[in-house]
Amino acid sequence: MDAIILQILNGLDKGSAYALIALGLTLIFGTLGVVNFAHGALFMIGAFCAVTLSRLLSLSHQVAVPGEVDFLGNPKMREVPYAYDIFGENLGATIIDWAVPLSILFAIPVMIGIGVIMERGLIKHFYKRPHADQILVTFGLAIVLQEIIKFYYGANPIPTPAPSAFVGSFDFGALIGFDPGTIIYPYWRLVYFAFAVVIIGAVFAFLQFTTFGMVVRAGMADRETVGLLGINIDKRFTIMFGLAAAVAGLAGVMYTPINSPNYHMGMDFLVLSFVVVVVGGMGSLPGAVLAGFLLGILESFASMREVIAIVPGINQVVIYLVAIIILLTRPRGLMGRKGVMED
Amino acid sequence: MFGLNRKDATLLAIVAALIVFAPFILNPFPAESGWAQFNAGYPDLMQRFVIFGIFAIGFNILFGLTGYLSFGHAAFLGVGSYAAVWMFKLLSMNVIPAIILAVITAGLFALVIGYVSLRRSGIYFSILTLAFAQMSFALAYSVLTPITGGETGLQLALDDPRILDAAAAGGNIPVPSLFGMEMRDSVDLTFGAWVFTFNFGYYFCGLVMLIAFYLSIRIFRSPFGMMLRAVKSNQQRLNYTGLNPRPYTLAAFVISGMYAGLAGGLMASMDPLAGAERMFWTASGEVVLMTILGGVGTLIGPVLGAGMIKYMENIISKINSDILHTWFAFLPDGLEDVVVGLIYPFIGKGWHLTLGIVFMLVVIFLPGGLVQGGQKIAAVFRRRSANAGGAEAEAAKQNPAE
Repeated sequence: MDAIILQILNGLDKGSAYALIALGLTLIFGTLGVVNFAHGALFMIGAFCAVTLSRLLSLSHQVAVPGEVDFLGNPKMREVPYAYDIFGENLGATIIDWAVPLSILFAIPVMIGIGVIMERGLIKHFYKRPHADQILVTFGLAIVLQEIIKFYYGANPIPTPAPSAFVGSFDFGALIGFDPGTIIYPYWRLVYFAFAVVIIGAVFAFLQFTTFGMVVRAGMADRETVGLLGINIDKRFTIMFGLAAAVAGLAGVMYTPINSPNYHMGMDFLVLSFVVVVVGGMGSLPGAVLAGFLLGILESFASMREVIAIVPGINQVVIYLVAIIILLTRPRGLMGRKGVMED
Repeated sequence: MFGLNRKDATLLAIVAALIVFAPFILNPFPAESGWAQFNAGYPDLMQRFVIFGIFAIGFNILFGLTGYLSFGHAAFLGVGSYAAVWMFKLLSMNVIPAIILAVITAGLFALVIGYVSLRRSGIYFSILTLAFAQMSFALAYSVLTPITGGETGLQLALDDPRILDAAAAGGNIPVPSLFGMEMRDSVDLTFGAWVFTFNFGYYFCGLVMLIAFYLSIRIFRSPFGMMLRAVKSNQQRLNYTGLNPRPYTLAAFVISGMYAGLAGGLMASMDPLAGAERMFWTASGEVVLMTILGGVGTLIGPVLGAGMIKYMENIISKINSDILHTWFAFLPDGLEDVVVGLIYPFIGKGWHLTLGIVFMLVVIFLPGGLVQGGQKIAAVFRRRSANAGGAEAEAAKQNPAE
């Protein structure tokens, strides 16, 4: 029993990342009808927003230590981050420590900006082209974005720690009445899961309970009619693209402490996220979220030692296997709607 | 000639001439000069040009004719490589059985994957092929290690059985050969300051590519090829005419898988080892890039695209900032730094960036790839010289890239 709970928990963080990326992909697909292969790159850029902010915050200058000299008689120098000068020593240290969560504020405008520029500058011209062309051009864009990041940040993963308050693990088993030490779970992964739930809830609430969201949903169902009613649906869809980019970016920001960001992390997640979208059903937002968590948990179950002993290598292929079975038996995916991308 | 019309026969002759004279064409700079680093005429790279040319020709038969975008073609290349290396290990160092087995194995593998994947089309097909390829990659890396060698890859060893060959002499691992002629045999021809290398393996690959190219022309011109084009232009209409497109698309898939297997077998014949990374999905992406860049649906395009990408990968990537500084040394110092700083991100290790940008530009502005670009330029010149009011340019427009 405790092993099962542990595997479910283990699957949650990866599942959260899959769900968030797949949610953005589905938003773009459902609104604009575009297959965006550059979505993984947006996730990666989000992660590098966190890296950038934490580097900016720890920018420092040298200050002489009063009353101390080294053996040549020069005053001893000490690195002092500018943050200390601006916010004072205590608050400055806290801010640097909390760089990753603070990056959320920094990443939202950046990602929305990138998303809007991408849609207006490139994707807009591809609405009428075949899906294969959309895949190809966004694939090219993903390569370009990836290489730009590689040029500025190098090819090595950059460790970006979580705030010290969330470092370490806690004993989840003791909390729910198992023997202490059976279910150990890192704090940050729980934070990530909670964060993903909040973001997913916010996106759904935005679409469900605001006028803007209502118009967008109407546009997803029938773009032409909404346009005929005198509503500028293109503008709203552009904003939705920015929003989807922000969701992917935030997923990336919060993922940095779990996995040190490198320039190809986006591509690694992209392939799996596409599988998630297809399993969930093209164009279905709840389907994307559900499939994301399901596949994440399934993957962690498949990597249990007992399972591998029965079916060797299953942990590597389970997601793809599920995708193939789903695509062949339920072509619309778990929750796909009729008439959406059925060719 | 060989059942080709004059235009195709000319094209085939041009490709044959290019293959034969490639060691000269690709080595335009004297060996000792500063430009020698742009010489691409060394055996290793020339072999890669033709092998990836074969791979891209095969991919084009599927994507160019039927419009099915496969994102998992590298799996067949990988399977072909493994099959060829196993043949070297078990049977003989002769490349013929190895290549035959590589093609057959890849064909069977493609038959299975194609049978399942072709039940869907559009993006679903892309994702299904991608899923299969990633699965093969993951399995080759982990569970199938006894067959694939896992992370180290499959290599030859001294104690391999090799039942047809005599025991290895002198404790050396034998090298792949064609009836005694070793693939790595090379002859250097020195001509003044120029050095040209003629490699047996390269010419063997070149011959195979010529045959592959000839077959692809025949497929393009055959009724079967017309059928595949019909699938691309309107599958629904094909269904309504009472024709089932599935056998045709499956045949195209298997043929292109066999081309990939052939490329994999040749790759193993040139360098007898096979690794799982050849099956990774970025490798599948690379052949997509090659085909699109050169011109999808055209005969010569994929070969050009393969050549261009491999040239960039091996030559452009070698330029570093020191070399750039020597090039622009004639500029005033400050300006030199600015120019070098502007160019530097696009060359050397950043060649992928250039590739990505070029690829995007091609997809956006030239859906027919370099071939279409060449045709457009040719049409402009023709219009100017003939002064005939663009009648031919009109004709070129009506016959899209062939």
